[in-house]
Amino acid sequence: MNRQKLQRMLVTSASSIFAIIVALAICAVILLITGKDPVKAFSTLFGAAGETKVLQGMLNRATPLMISAAAVAIGFKMNLFNIGVEGQMRVALLSTAVIGGAVNLPAPLHIAFCFLVAMATGAIWAGIAGWLKVKRNVNEVISTIMLNFIALSVVAWAFDTFFRLDKEGESTSLLVKTKDLPQSAWFPDLVDRRLNGMLIVAIAILILFWVLVWKTKFGFQLRASGANAGAARATGVDPKRMVLVSMLISGAIAGLVGMRALMGDVHAYQNNLAEQQGFNGIAVALLGRNHPAGIFFSALLFGFLGEASGRLQLEDIPKEIVTIMTGIIVLAVVIINEAVKRWDDRRIQRRAAAMVEAAS
Amino acid sequence: MSRVPFLSSLSPARRAIFVSLGFVFILSMVRILTDTDDLTSSGTISSTLRVATPILLAGLAGLWAERAGIVNIGIEGMMIVGSWLGGFGAWKWGSWAGIGLALVGGALVGLVHALATVRFNVDHVVSGIAINILAGGATEYLSIIAFKGQQGGGESQSPTGKGGYGTFDLPFLSGGRVGDWTSPDFLGWLEKKHDIPLLPDLAAVVRGVTSNVYIPTLLALAIVPLTAWILWRTRWGLRLRSSGESPRAGESLGVPVVRLRYQAMAISGSLAAFGGAYLSCVLTSTYRQGQTGGRGFIGLATTIFGNWNPVGVLRGAMLFGFPTALKFRDAKNVPALLLVAAIVLALVTALLVSRGKTMAALGTAFGAALALFTWITVDEVPSEFVAATPYIVTIIVLAGARQQLRPPAHAGQPYRPGDNH
Repeated sequence: MNRQKLQRMLVTSASSIFAIIVALAICAVILLITGKDPVKAFSTLFGAAGETKVLQGMLNRATPLMISAAAVAIGFKMNLFNIGVEGQMRVALLSTAVIGGAVNLPAPLHIAFCFLVAMATGAIWAGIAGWLKVKRNVNEVISTIMLNFIALSVVAWAFDTFFRLDKEGESTSLLVKTKDLPQSAWFPDLVDRRLNGMLIVAIAILILFWVLVWKTKFGFQLRASGANAGAARATGVDPKRMVLVSMLISGAIAGLVGMRALMGDVHAYQNNLAEQQGFNGIAVALLGRNHPAGIFFSALLFGFLGEASGRLQLEDIPKEIVTIMTGIIVLAVVIINEAVKRWDDRRIQRRAAAMVEAAS
Repeated sequence: MSRVPFLSSLSPARRAIFVSLGFVFILSMVRILTDTDDLTSSGTISSTLRVATPILLAGLAGLWAERAGIVNIGIEGMMIVGSWLGGFGAWKWGSWAGIGLALVGGALVGLVHALATVRFNVDHVVSGIAINILAGGATEYLSIIAFKGQQGGGESQSPTGKGGYGTFDLPFLSGGRVGDWTSPDFLGWLEKKHDIPLLPDLAAVVRGVTSNVYIPTLLALAIVPLTAWILWRTRWGLRLRSSGESPRAGESLGVPVVRLRYQAMAISGSLAAFGGAYLSCVLTSTYRQGQTGGRGFIGLATTIFGNWNPVGVLRGAMLFGFPTALKFRDAKNVPALLLVAAIVLALVTALLVSRGKTMAALGTAFGAALALFTWITVDEVPSEFVAATPYIVTIIVLAGARQQLRPPAHAGQPYRPGDNH
């Protein structure tokens, strides 16, 4: 790794950490104004880091966040904004619960089959937005927002009309669910009932994401299109194909977001299953700067905040302060990135000027 | 639809009136055919107006932001802030204070979005998402601090607000009062003549928007012509639009683009928050968590559907509010809308055929057939589909009528003042 690359990496990490510190400071002010003790709040929050149970919960929460952030980040890499991860995830959840529950296969095959169904459904739903963008030039931000709400309605309707079990004896709990997945489709736990094995899948997705984006021709074209669409096109990259393919990949990854909740936890579809997990990936991807390592650590951070926030309530501090913190982190990180980029631009300009000066 | 030979010879305003009349006529025929008297009753219309008002305000919020060049995905968050402040203000100091507080708070949130996007050049969508997250978290946090343990309040709900707003009835036509004397309700009488086509329906539409109307609704409606006048008839409005179309050209002529964008975002935030406060103060008298329920995004859809035009936004809000209002009154009435949709789509098909657009005509013909088939086969339209209608319509409009849409050219693009290259 050369010096420049190392320097850039350090600056990037430093600016992300700085954004978190800024968010903590602003939250401290908010806590003070509303008559709560910030020292107590933060020591309760971060004091929880010593407990195994909290750390296991953190990893469980981080699992879907890593996947949804990867789904968002692959679009970001070519300036394509897939806000529709939440909807793609929801469609995939129901289809996997229904189709995966209807077949019987040996365990590893069944799990693979469920993943395939989830990825295909997510890709189809994202593909609508991709098709609209390529064929009809519809902005993907708008179309994915609309498709999120359509997904919500369609899935709620299909679930209520066709797939819910609420007759007595058929359902084992009070919550209305679909039929349970066969045990062969259950994703095994790493620590029984504490930590689900989907974490391994999420990390594998991040590694694959890194290979795909930084080590393949497609990834190069993807990044080239994002960095300079005109130049990429001039070198023979088909922008429409890139949009469609990256949207499909993003949707396929999005389909897997809910699988920890479905295959590793509840084993059936129910309303609100994995709610917000697709959406929260956006914040994770932004804080992680669309890089797998960054996404990994941001997912851990947000997973930890979500898990530890419950502790705040024991101290009579509303746990929603963590949501506020998330919002401020997102704003702070993009503002700081922009400032750093300007500073970097100026630095490069100055250095180039100095070199020109020296040469003449 | 603007190129029918007869229609295109009319001025835009007359054309709008003519098209609206045609739409009411279709509604009237469907009402008689399907024996659904409530389809165009004044009750339905006034209920539509109430459902549509927050959507209208959210749509106008999107319009003001985008006309100045800023994409506002944070409308939902601004509405949430407005609904919370509305509930809080109405509980502490009374109903009008609730709306006032929401307007101020909304302007501040709008300015945060402007600060991020204008001063720091942050991606508009990212900033909007951050605002939505922040607004949700902040209101939930503050609810626990302010409302929990209060009489009638709770973790996710404000205590009941004080005072109402009063309503307005037009004298002589809709039975409004002049002093102590109740004037005759002429439209109410005409509305009941169900056997005649068109006339009772028109009477109902007029009566629906002129009787039992909340004063804040009138204010919201007044913002539509006001917006049109300010943006298209004043120098300030022209400059504001120029910073949404071509900020560099504007800047070279001395237009203070940055200041205008801040001002536009303050207005945008206020409008969105007014929409939120309308939900927590006018339609109900308590703030509830999740009350806005995605209306900010329907507002965004309305901005697009209305072609970044105040009258268009009003039309979109009414159209999007109509199925919901009909559903609220009686879900049995909703299927009649399918017949309306089928007729409208059939007319559009005829229009497309006459213009030689075969592919598009096939699409609309299929839509018409589907709507007709569904109307024949179902007894009730699931409420989920009613809820999804605005989003589906917006996608179809974006995909199918792109040539007719004209968004502000520079909305959402990065811009740094003095960066003329």
